Amino acid sequence: MKPIASLTAQTLVYYAFVLTMMVFAFVLGDSGFFSSENMLNIVRQTAPIVIMAIGFNFALSVGLLDLSMGAVVALSGLVAAMLLPNYDITFSVLASLTIGAAIGALNGILTVRLAIPSLIITLGSLIFLSGFVRYISGLESIPILNQSFLKLFGSGDLLGIPTLLWWVLCVSLGVYIVFQNLQFGRHLLAIGANADAAYAMGINKNKVRVMAMSLSGLCAAFAGLLYAGRMQSARYTMGESELLTVIAAVAIGGSSIFGGQVSIWGTVFGVWLIGMLNNGLILSGFSSNAQMMVKGIILIVAVSITVKARKL
Amino acid sequence: MIRTQLDQVALNVVDLHKQFSINEALKGVSFTANRGEVVALLGDNGAGKSTLVNCIAGKLEPSHGEIQINGRAQVFSSPSMAQASGIAVVYQDLALVKEMTVVENLFLNNEIKHRNVILNRLGWLDKKAMLKHGQKLLQRLTNMAIDLNMPVSKLSIGQQQVVALIRAVNVGADIIVMDEPTTALGNEQYNHVAELIRLLSSQGVTILLVSHNLVQVKALCDRAVVLFQGQSVADVSVSECNEMELLALINGVMQDETSVRLACEYAR
Ligand SMILES: Nc1ncnc2c1ncn2[C@@H]1O[C@H](COP(=O)(O)OP(=O)(O)OP(=O)(O)O)[C@@H](O)[C@H]1O
Ligand SMILES: [Mg+2]
Repeated sequence: MKPIASLTAQTLVYYAFVLTMMVFAFVLGDSGFFSSENMLNIVRQTAPIVIMAIGFNFALSVGLLDLSMGAVVALSGLVAAMLLPNYDITFSVLASLTIGAAIGALNGILTVRLAIPSLIITLGSLIFLSGFVRYISGLESIPILNQSFLKLFGSGDLLGIPTLLWWVLCVSLGVYIVFQNLQFGRHLLAIGANADAAYAMGINKNKVRVMAMSLSGLCAAFAGLLYAGRMQSARYTMGESELLTVIAAVAIGGSSIFGGQVSIWGTVFGVWLIGMLNNGLILSGFSSNAQMMVKGIILIVAVSITVKARKL
Repeated sequence: MIRTQLDQVALNVVDLHKQFSINEALKGVSFTANRGEVVALLGDNGAGKSTLVNCIAGKLEPSHGEIQINGRAQVFSSPSMAQASGIAVVYQDLALVKEMTVVENLFLNNEIKHRNVILNRLGWLDKKAMLKHGQKLLQRLTNMAIDLNMPVSKLSIGQQQVVALIRAVNVGADIIVMDEPTTALGNEQYNHVAELIRLLSSQGVTILLVSHNLVQVKALCDRAVVLFQGQSVADVSVSECNEMELLALINGVMQDETSVRLACEYAR
């Protein structure tokens, strides 16, 4: 990370974060907004969304979109919830994650093979999977009683820090390293920025794109586990409405929605920023309608700043 | 210029054909390029130069004919296969990732990885080694001042071309194909690129240069192969032809390979 100096696509989110804190300090000074309990609550609530948003960065990095994440979250949670009573936790978790990665890979394969925009392919799988999770769940939520699962992915803590925050930090750090220090990350970004150049240099762009989509599916599945762990049950609506939050957070976080540039910590702060705004707006007495309006504005402002910064 | 192993054939193209769905872009192209030679590839718009380059680069598969590298026939079904045979292509758009830095581009898909076995397996980058090696390459090959940590988008076109050429050297290419690289260059910048081309050829790198600028071709190339409507129609020593004569060949005024001399006279 560069030191925060000028207002660019990459630093915007940190300014917005501080600014929001300051505004809420005035408005919500003594309402409990700044209590560590409330802050941890925001972190817990947003944990699955951070993981989704980080997965979204994998797709974006190679210049693709993954809308199917919204439904993969629910599918993964439901699969785990249905398997846990009969199988051990390792198997259930691995099954969920594998299904997520496989769906992502399938999205990727269809996108590169059929040469159809990923927007369309993943919109199709989003709709298909949304139907599918309704079908397999019978519109019921499925409770999860497995204590180790709930500790690991939900209410537990380690060294006084909630496991959900640990997951967020570990996954973010891991993915940050992928993009900063690994050859694979370089290739992802090269393809997103200039696929022809990457191909001319011998990078197998189709293979890397499929892998990126698969990782995005994997992250969605992992987000589903965190959702299920936090809510102690799985429901077909999980993640459905969070796609908007994810896109807004990624955009304000400084990743380019046109590919080739990702900002992992920016994404994390982007999700936290929106989580704080939601929380603060509720405490100030605004409705969820207002929250949606705020998200819409964030999206447009963030993207227009990104586009401006690219043209400079 | 030192030309030691001039007689060693580096690239031999034999009767190459390329059929697209409706038209045949290459209808029999044959020529050779020796080690350390700078060979111009000339031809009018649509003559098939880029198609030929793409076949050599592994981007297109020829429908008939053969490409031999150092005497061995090769079939390229992808750019990475051509790369493995020592061929690098510098396209007009240079195939640089503009958002990335110079050093990131120099080592794109040719990264130096960490020495530690486990980190190496993970594909962990040794950024320091790449900077060091990149610095050495720059010092050895050009006197242009280029900042390795600068995004390529901030460089001049001339600097970008030099970076693209140095990257070709860095991947170990001994045949470098350039498709109209010097078109957009100012004089001073062109000189830097030309200097680098001469340096590379003196070190035994074979250069295939597609160009429309006959003055530059005269100044830089040893030999010129002329394509006309998908066929190689002439193979001449540049020093024995003037621009007018080359132009006559390009325009297909005389297509008989055996009477190049005549063609030149006709052009006069
Ligand atoms: N992918 C393709 N599909 C069909 N036809 C093609 C394709 N690529 C090139 N052609 C045709 O092949 C012929 C040769 O084209 P090519 O681009 O090789 O010419 P060129 O010599 O590079 O021309 P220029 O000087 O304009 O770059 C042209 O008639 C062109 O229209
Ligand atoms: Mg061309």
